[in-house]
Amino acid sequence: MLTPFEWQALLLSLKVSGVAVLASLPVGIFTAWILARYQFAGRALLDGIIHLPLVLPPVVIGYLLLIAMGKQGLIGSFLYDHFGISFSFNWLGASLAAAVVSFPLMVRAIRLAFEAIDSKLEAAARTLGASALRVFFTITLPLALPGIFTGILLAFARSLGEFGATITFVSNIPGETRTIPLAMYSFIETPGAEASAARLCVISIIIALLSLLVSEWLSRRARRTLEG
Amino acid sequence: MLKLELQHQQGAFSLDAKLVMPNQGITAIFGRSGAGKTTLINLISGLETPQSGLIELNGKPLLDTANKLCLPPEKRRIGYVFQDARLFPHYSVRGNLNYGRKDRSDAVLFETITQLLGIETLLERYPARLSGGEKQRVAIGRALLSEPELLLLDEPLASLDLPRKRELLPYLEKLAQEVRIPILYVSHSLDEILHLADNMVLMDKGEVVLNGPVERLWGSAALQPWFGPDVQSSLLPTQLSHHHADYPMSCLQLGSGEQLWVPKIDAQPGAAVRVRIYAREVSLARSRPEDSSIRNILPAKIRLMQREASRIQVLLTLGEAELWAYVSEWAAADLQLKPGEEIFAQIKSVSVTRNDWASL
Repeated sequence: MLTPFEWQALLLSLKVSGVAVLASLPVGIFTAWILARYQFAGRALLDGIIHLPLVLPPVVIGYLLLIAMGKQGLIGSFLYDHFGISFSFNWLGASLAAAVVSFPLMVRAIRLAFEAIDSKLEAAARTLGASALRVFFTITLPLALPGIFTGILLAFARSLGEFGATITFVSNIPGETRTIPLAMYSFIETPGAEASAARLCVISIIIALLSLLVSEWLSRRARRTLEG
Repeated sequence: MLKLELQHQQGAFSLDAKLVMPNQGITAIFGRSGAGKTTLINLISGLETPQSGLIELNGKPLLDTANKLCLPPEKRRIGYVFQDARLFPHYSVRGNLNYGRKDRSDAVLFETITQLLGIETLLERYPARLSGGEKQRVAIGRALLSEPELLLLDEPLASLDLPRKRELLPYLEKLAQEVRIPILYVSHSLDEILHLADNMVLMDKGEVVLNGPVERLWGSAALQPWFGPDVQSSLLPTQLSHHHADYPMSCLQLGSGEQLWVPKIDAQPGAAVRVRIYAREVSLARSRPEDSSIRNILPAKIRLMQREASRIQVLLTLGEAELWAYVSEWAAADLQLKPGEEIFAQIKSVSVTRNDWASL
């Protein structure tokens, strides 16, 4: 059904987006929780920085990533010298770009879920002898699950569609950073490849729909347990 | 024993409470809304922290601002039953009950408490499928199973409709009799206090106005505004002595040794029974009427008399207990009633407050 080239782009897209979402999820939950529950100096600034990728042109994000995380970049050179981790022109870099641009969507959804939780339930758990940590893992997190699933879906979908920051940061390398949107771009650039571009377009629609359905199903299941 | 001394300021509201509470039985915290009842128990539980103060439970300090000590709620061993139950929606009833248990192998305690509260058949249900009264019973069970040294109840009946209240009250009364830990019960209903509490604390504008056994406080002047003009009453602690051999009547013994006959009570001799006698049901006689249909005629002593509108309120003492009676000015003048005199009180009817849920 799919050509080897299409398979390659599809699997790469799933890998890049999956890793981006999984790696940013703990950070996203933590950030959302801090923003939902604590008042502190610099809160507005933190909130603003997290939302930047949503309002900045993706090419700016890609450029900033290049400066910061490239092999010669401020953080990138440190990571490469000490841990041998490199984000330049490989799929890990594509994941990083996807994680950065999808992070605000994830944090927003999870934060709303945390804010909607009745903190009285957490107080009740404390009076039953549960430490703050236990309360978080047994009350707060399970109750926020529907929102967390929504956050995962939004971030995953945004990652799948990531184009501008990726092509700026890690270029368009077949098998390494050429995800579905980048592959489509290449086909559109190539005269006579319109049909191939259309096939990729259909594939994009199908994964988007599938992930929407899975997340909806998970949210509904989680919500059903809450509502009995 | 619970000892506390708290000063707390919250916006325009300030709380200044100093209390020592006994180690068993139910102490009701009573007052109008905004008097600081819930704030007080939140401070005790650790959910709120006062500006300054001291809390000591069974000799152990929980809060001592002078020494910078403030235990978090989870270290205080204080159970809290909230007005709105606050069951965890993602846990079954069993999961909720187990949440605060320290020793889950103690099946005996689990069974005793679920049976006491009548929730042993609900264990696999989720809170969304429970009625309001069932939720409160589970919340009480959950708090008890965390084996607290003090139990706080914040108006557990307030969010329930009347039938649910009647359903839950007997469980609360059983709780009061069978649970060995002290209970603080916030309420703004004198009826609930009458049925459940041994002691009461009257709060007003963040301060403790009165504190003592319910029977003693019931007749006090500070509580009178809470009663309507015609419902002044007295509470007498009694003990069930025996049932009448031929008629459905029970004999109650007062502290002074005198006896009171009431319609038959469903309880064993020896049980403590609290009775309420309305002032309008008590009349006075100089000598003991020999041929009266009234069964309860007790010798009493006039302690004080005060004029209220066109009648006179007479406070009588029966041994330790106090009893209010109303007489008209005319009758008082005719009988030449004076404080200090011996007299006979004829009691037309006595209502038994414990075991009597229908009166709510």
